[in-house]
Amino acid sequence: MAEKLSRRQIAWRIVQDIHEGMYVNLGIGQPELVADLLPPDRDVILHSENGILGLGPKPTPEEADDDLINAGKKHASLVTGGAYFHHADSFAMVRGGHIDVCVLGAFQVAANGDLANWTTGGDDLLPAVGGAMDLVAGAKKVFIMMDHNTKDGSPKIVEQCTYPLTGRHCVTTVYTDIAVIDIKPEGCVVREKFADMTMDELQARTGARLTLANDWHLLATPNVG
Amino acid sequence: MVNKEKVSLEEAVADIPDGAVIHIGGFGGVGIPVDLCDALYRQGARNLTVINNGVASGKVGLAALIGGGRVRKIICSYPRTPDPEVFEKKYRAGEIELELVPQGTLAERIRAAGAGIGAFYTPTSVGTPLADGKEVRVLQGREMVLEHPLYADFALVKAEKADRWGNLTYNKSARNFGPIMCMAAKTSIVQVREIVALGALDPEAIVTPSIFVDRIVNVPYPTKET
Repeated sequence: MAEKLSRRQIAWRIVQDIHEGMYVNLGIGQPELVADLLPPDRDVILHSENGILGLGPKPTPEEADDDLINAGKKHASLVTGGAYFHHADSFAMVRGGHIDVCVLGAFQVAANGDLANWTTGGDDLLPAVGGAMDLVAGAKKVFIMMDHNTKDGSPKIVEQCTYPLTGRHCVTTVYTDIAVIDIKPEGCVVREKFADMTMDELQARTGARLTLANDWHLLATPNVG
Repeated sequence: MVNKEKVSLEEAVADIPDGAVIHIGGFGGVGIPVDLCDALYRQGARNLTVINNGVASGKVGLAALIGGGRVRKIICSYPRTPDPEVFEKKYRAGEIELELVPQGTLAERIRAAGAGIGAFYTPTSVGTPLADGKEVRVLQGREMVLEHPLYADFALVKAEKADRWGNLTYNKSARNFGPIMCMAAKTSIVQVREIVALGALDPEAIVTPSIFVDRIVNVPYPTKET
């Protein structure tokens, strides 16, 4: 069994690139793990597109307020200093370039930074886009958190997306269970990988051409539960 | 003396005709004016076009309107819920039309309608299927898609407190689409948990000023979407 990061370890890795003072939007699902791993002493202000800045941790059942939910429609809390606002203001924050980082999942990321993450175009699930297209068009950095390959082993990093796009040329960095890859004008640049995985092995699991950054690092495997 | 309070939910929605275009507030079941929707269901208007962020689940409110076949078309960003009974079955049977809009574009189209903006360009959705058939121009060095305002005949909104003029405050994330929908509809109808004396709301804390509100109804114990 080849070495790979757990979801929490990927989330921890993303946290290393989120700095004090940043305004951050976390997508629904896996990216929500990032919130759990942010150090309590780091002031990172989480944005929720339904009208919250300063999204706090999951409340206890006693604290839960039915009028306070996150974008994933689960009970939420507000940190000290948090604020509420309406949807047009919320998306002015997103579309106006005020959000420093958004973290989203993906079906496919292309070497040119194209992202497909909202529909496979198939008939099994209704198409539902939510705020994904706004986030990738407006956030200063778009981080993608995903498994490197699909369950059947197909690459999710590809030369060209085959699924309908969420946005063009929008992905900054892809954090997978086996690598950290920056999307640069020259293509996919591996910033971190495991020592035991050769570039040939990593390339074999990737659908787009990879290069190794001169200053690449080893992927850390912290004990984060 | 201006007093926008209506004595009943029935009175508040009595003149909504067949074929009306209606903004309905709420996100993820929070801020949905369930009682106004139920009153509209009882009133019987059909062939409605509804603008809401999603589609409802359960049996009351927006779900009753959709499930009861009153809605001809829905304009939303997220028509997926764990409960396929209400919307999905009707959509797959071709009984309801869907216009899918990115969430921020949805909000801005509503805001534009309320602010008298004729149309606007945004980079959101460029290069995606949701920009198909729309005009694209390069502005500020970026490709942008032309989007049009979303007007409505009526808005159904839930707020926390109102005074008799119709000044409104909201509660936490239940604010969501309420303020912009009140702006964008010809007639905005708001159910509020509490009606307070004129002057009791802090002018610095009023979220929706009364000019955007036409009717208020006091619903002290609002029905939840279930």
